[in-house]
Amino acid sequence: MTAQVLFKNRHPDRIATLAEYRHSGGYEALAKVLADSSRQQVQQVLTDAVLLGRGGAAFPAGVKLSTVAADAPYPRYVVCNADEMEPGTFKDRVLIHADPHQLLEGICLAGFAVDAHEGIIFIRPEYEGAARILEREIALAEKEGLLGQNILGSGFDFDIIVHRSGGRYICGEVTAQLNAIMGRRPNPQQPPPYPTEKGLWDRPTVLQNVETLCCMPHIVRNGADWFKGLARTESGAGTKIFGISGRVRRPGCFELPMGVRLSEIIENHAGGMAEGSRFKACLPGGASTGFLPAEHYDIPMDFESLKQAGNRLGTGAIMVFDHRTCLVGVTLNLMEFFARESCGWCTPCREGLPVIRELLREIEEGRGKPEYVGVLKEMGRHLWNAYCAFAPGAAAPLESLLAHFADEVQEHIERKACPFG
Amino acid sequence: MLPENLKKELQDRIAAVDHPRELVVDVLFALQAHYGFVTDEAVEEAAGLLGMTPMEVDEVATFYTFVYRRPVGKYVIHVCDSVICWLEGGRSLQEYLSQKLSIAPGETTADGLFTLLPVCCIGYCDRAPAMLINKKVYGPLTPETIDQLLDELREAH
Repeated sequence: MTAQVLFKNRHPDRIATLAEYRHSGGYEALAKVLADSSRQQVQQVLTDAVLLGRGGAAFPAGVKLSTVAADAPYPRYVVCNADEMEPGTFKDRVLIHADPHQLLEGICLAGFAVDAHEGIIFIRPEYEGAARILEREIALAEKEGLLGQNILGSGFDFDIIVHRSGGRYICGEVTAQLNAIMGRRPNPQQPPPYPTEKGLWDRPTVLQNVETLCCMPHIVRNGADWFKGLARTESGAGTKIFGISGRVRRPGCFELPMGVRLSEIIENHAGGMAEGSRFKACLPGGASTGFLPAEHYDIPMDFESLKQAGNRLGTGAIMVFDHRTCLVGVTLNLMEFFARESCGWCTPCREGLPVIRELLREIEEGRGKPEYVGVLKEMGRHLWNAYCAFAPGAAAPLESLLAHFADEVQEHIERKACPFG
Repeated sequence: MLPENLKKELQDRIAAVDHPRELVVDVLFALQAHYGFVTDEAVEEAAGLLGMTPMEVDEVATFYTFVYRRPVGKYVIHVCDSVICWLEGGRSLQEYLSQKLSIAPGETTADGLFTLLPVCCIGYCDRAPAMLINKKVYGPLTPETIDQLLDELREAH
């Protein structure tokens, strides 16, 4: 059993209580910083710990907090992104259901670090159960003086509210999410100004992913070196929640050291490949990462190693495909998703994705022509001209399909049928 | 027309926040619960309550998967059609649902009970193939569990 930090209080059948969380050291970090720390010290320990954003972008969380200037206007906001809508990703749901106070303490610490007094949890409608858990636990924390006015007698005030989304993938994008909270149609907005300067209602706003925020109490309590030491690799820091699905025996969420090998996750934790399945490829971190071919089966799963392999760790949502899975079919399904979820704001995304989807459909259904491959490559490049990161994310599986599985695409075209039936 | 008590409840919630329009989705959900879907009248009423124009409200209302601008059944089935559910046989289950309910995706049964909407990943890849019925999750699904579920819901009705 590897060290369990975020899943320390996880039970198979129930949510950890506030008492259990406190018994395991919960809210000690908050009590400590309220008693004797400056906001800069909190930012510094998170920066020293190399806590990189777990929502997919891997931006250093401490650095992001430090971009809220000391003399920035008030009110300031912390937004917790609990919108996870990327296919394959379900870790944030599991985290909230396991130990909700860990998240609440993390949001409050982030609030302290930027002198904000309001936290907003933006959550997708599919997670209504999690939204209700959070509202209930917020009320309990307020009753114990851990949230709300004058927290633990320190004079620091911090409220958390749950904001329900109407449900759309683009809302996971930072600026789209801020527009959604402000009751506007959630199209993304290109910086500058950056949200940490002018975010919600033109005020400084820091947005962090659920898992990132959950790491914060542990780092503040145990120190940066401890956190870095949790990783298996020099280049990694902390643990990571890997959500694994697809052709494995036991899909689920596992907390493992950052840098653990892919093969180890599949074989030791997910119960190995499904009956009769051989590993062919995986998407290592959600739908907007590329196919990782079998030559990387032993890759250390951290941000740096995946980057060196020309891929991304993303959210750590590993989707495993076996030798019987048609990767053209997988990519077609992903493009159906991206085309439908595009917000429609900019041309490369709105127009490009349906063209890609239709070309892939032609190939998958045996009507593909050899010249389609070149067109797909060109359309993939156009996606990079889009307004936000949504379309370049969609390009990742497409481009990696064409790069690593060109033979499989070719075979569809030559046979005039999907070789997988 | 909105009943007075619902109107009052929404007005109180709106009065308690700094920026009324941050509640637009909540207000739309409340009106949807009342009318069954977001009617044109509901768009006007939401706009009036929130100090927005009807166009601004409709820009939001037409954007979201869980805000219905057309009538839906008592039970809205959101069946996941994204990659992991697809891999685990989700498409044939969707066809099975269509056939059992005698409706195409996007349609509502004649008795007004069920609406079938294919949606993107619902975040239950560890329970694929999965679906939501009125936001409650079910999975992994088989034709047998679907039969049982539909029977239970019909009986409950």
